[in-house]
Amino acid sequence: MKRAVFGSRGLPYALLAPQMAVTLVFFFWPAFQAIYQSTLLQDVFASHVQFVGLENFRDLFADPLYLASIKVTALFSVLVAGFGLAIALILAVFADRVVHGAAIYKTLLIWPYAVAPAVAGILWLFLLSPSLGILAHVLTRMGYDWNYLVHPKQALLLVVVAAVWKQISYNFLFFLAGLQSIPKSLIEAAAIDGAGPLRRFWTIVMPLLSPTSFFLLVVNIVYAFFDTFAIVDAATHGGPGQATDILVFKVYQDGMQAGDLGGSAAQSVILMTIVIVLTVIQFRYIEKKVRY
Amino acid sequence: MRLRRLMSCATLALALVGASSAAHAVTEIFWWHSMAGALGDRVNAIADKFNASQTEYKVTPVYKGQYAESMTAAIAAYRAGNAPDILQVFEVGTATMMSAKGAIVPVYKLMADAGEKFDPHAYIGPVAGYYSDTSGRMLSMPFNSSTVVLYINHDLFKKAGLPDKVPATWPEVGEAARKLKASGAACGFTTGWQSWAQLENFSAWHNVPFASKENGLGGLDTRLEFNGPLQVRHISELANWAKEGLFTYAGRTDEPLAKFTSGECGMIMTSSGSYANIKATAKFSFGVGPMPYYPDVKDAPQNAIIGGASLWVMSGKPAQNYKGVAKFLAYLSTTENQIAWHEGTGYVPITTAAYEAVKKSGFYDTHPGFEVATEELLNKPPTANSRGLRLGNMVQIRNVIDEELERVWSGQKTAKEALDSAVSRGNEILAKFEKTSG
Repeated sequence: MKRAVFGSRGLPYALLAPQMAVTLVFFFWPAFQAIYQSTLLQDVFASHVQFVGLENFRDLFADPLYLASIKVTALFSVLVAGFGLAIALILAVFADRVVHGAAIYKTLLIWPYAVAPAVAGILWLFLLSPSLGILAHVLTRMGYDWNYLVHPKQALLLVVVAAVWKQISYNFLFFLAGLQSIPKSLIEAAAIDGAGPLRRFWTIVMPLLSPTSFFLLVVNIVYAFFDTFAIVDAATHGGPGQATDILVFKVYQDGMQAGDLGGSAAQSVILMTIVIVLTVIQFRYIEKKVRY
Repeated sequence: MRLRRLMSCATLALALVGASSAAHAVTEIFWWHSMAGALGDRVNAIADKFNASQTEYKVTPVYKGQYAESMTAAIAAYRAGNAPDILQVFEVGTATMMSAKGAIVPVYKLMADAGEKFDPHAYIGPVAGYYSDTSGRMLSMPFNSSTVVLYINHDLFKKAGLPDKVPATWPEVGEAARKLKASGAACGFTTGWQSWAQLENFSAWHNVPFASKENGLGGLDTRLEFNGPLQVRHISELANWAKEGLFTYAGRTDEPLAKFTSGECGMIMTSSGSYANIKATAKFSFGVGPMPYYPDVKDAPQNAIIGGASLWVMSGKPAQNYKGVAKFLAYLSTTENQIAWHEGTGYVPITTAAYEAVKKSGFYDTHPGFEVATEELLNKPPTANSRGLRLGNMVQIRNVIDEELERVWSGQKTAKEALDSAVSRGNEILAKFEKTSG
């Protein structure tokens, strides 16, 4: 690895300073504020503030609804990351083989990424709305009782579909780039040796794609935990009966709507810890399997 | 040398101009509200008229999003030392605002200090009582108050062979819903704001408690009591209707209105403030009636409790602002302004003088259904169960109730299980509020 050599001693630090300033102000400071506020019990106007230590955390873990929210979030992120990666990979493999009109397919498949998460939520809300939606109409015609305001599993399906739809484009782009960087000679050699397409895929393409897959796994998990807030807020508001009440949405609901700042801060501290732990696990154990 | 002289002269001139304009500066008063669309236009019109009527103060209304967002923004602004002068807070935020000693200036004190005429008895009973403390002193200025009414679709009723009147009792509503479904309507009955309509107002209308200590008006140590036998019976009835397909659940707040205005649902119970919206968007003739009641309940119908919002005055502003705020609040309560606001929006007239004047003008004869909300509020003198609600963290409690009710509609829980669970979860929230406000 080539090392950059700087003339003066202070220059590297001066160049890093703006980035460090942004990170400190917009990431570390709010994080420390959250940790501080999670130890307080206060009313919204900060006129009565009491220090209560770890009581907010103890209350959370004793609350069966918070534990239910953790379960919903786990299920939700597995579904979103799993389907997001699988569907994007299949599409990338197909798009890689296309010769005619490849540019058109690629452009159409990349478009959803430009849609803001809140808009994606509303879009699918309209498509699947029991009273107005076209897809809802089709489903009712086919005999399904489609009403996601009443059936919890349908509400979860709605937000998973909206979240996956948005993320497929991002994953697709990276998978496509990864596929195109695999030397064709390797695949041809395997074909000559008699390996079928599926065999070629699993023994050659997948291992060579592993850096991309690993990177996308980390990004998708973080996406499922945090960036899906807008979709849930626009489409289901955590309902019905908390079926789509993912952790990040619960933080907003308890903090901003209910005014329970201490509990909400404690939840965001726990959420931050979960994602840090997940990322550390991914880097320590899964990265070992990645071949660069 | 010449240049320096010129510069100093120019600076002096500018300073003089600046000083003289500062002496005649208009005091700007910021009013954060949540009145969107046509209502927002009316708010701006009121402020413009006030500004034009005098030269000392300028009221600037700012639309800050829906009630919950606006309140959150104001709280954050207050903590940063930047609060607005006047804030419109919905009725469920009353307890939070009342317990915020030091953050607000109570209206009775504001008006007394500014020497403005202010008589709490000029306001109709249920409205004044909701926003007053236990000694009867008004802490916020009522502005837009509404209550729950029952709207029906005349065309669908005719098609189902039903008589042209609004069903008065719950059994009648059930019958009507059955006939509507039999005649092919997509949905018989729905409700907006389910917690407010089917539990809070339902309890007051039937004179049963929603919470202890006069629904919270009597003290911070109030606890929820809406899992009583009558409420369980009512929610079970609605759950049975949901199973039969007579009652269609369509959302927690205002979303179900679309199902009514589109002609899908034959009946909807929702805010009287939706009148203007329905008139503008419905392509059918509709009727308005009071909330249904169970005829076998002794005291029903009692009286309705209000929804809507009131205006709170934030503390920490310069002294001269408060004189202007007092003037503006007095201006809002004049009979002329009250009449215009009521007739244009569907919110109830909050002063007795305005109500009498509208009655005398014959407005209610030409606008049938407009008077229903006010009649519900004044139906009988309020009891301990129907004076209003004052519960801390009410937004969170309503979320809990919404979640539990949704479990009933989807068949996951029985009405008793859901209401018991909502009460116990809600009581934890109330206990926390008591702790943080004590």
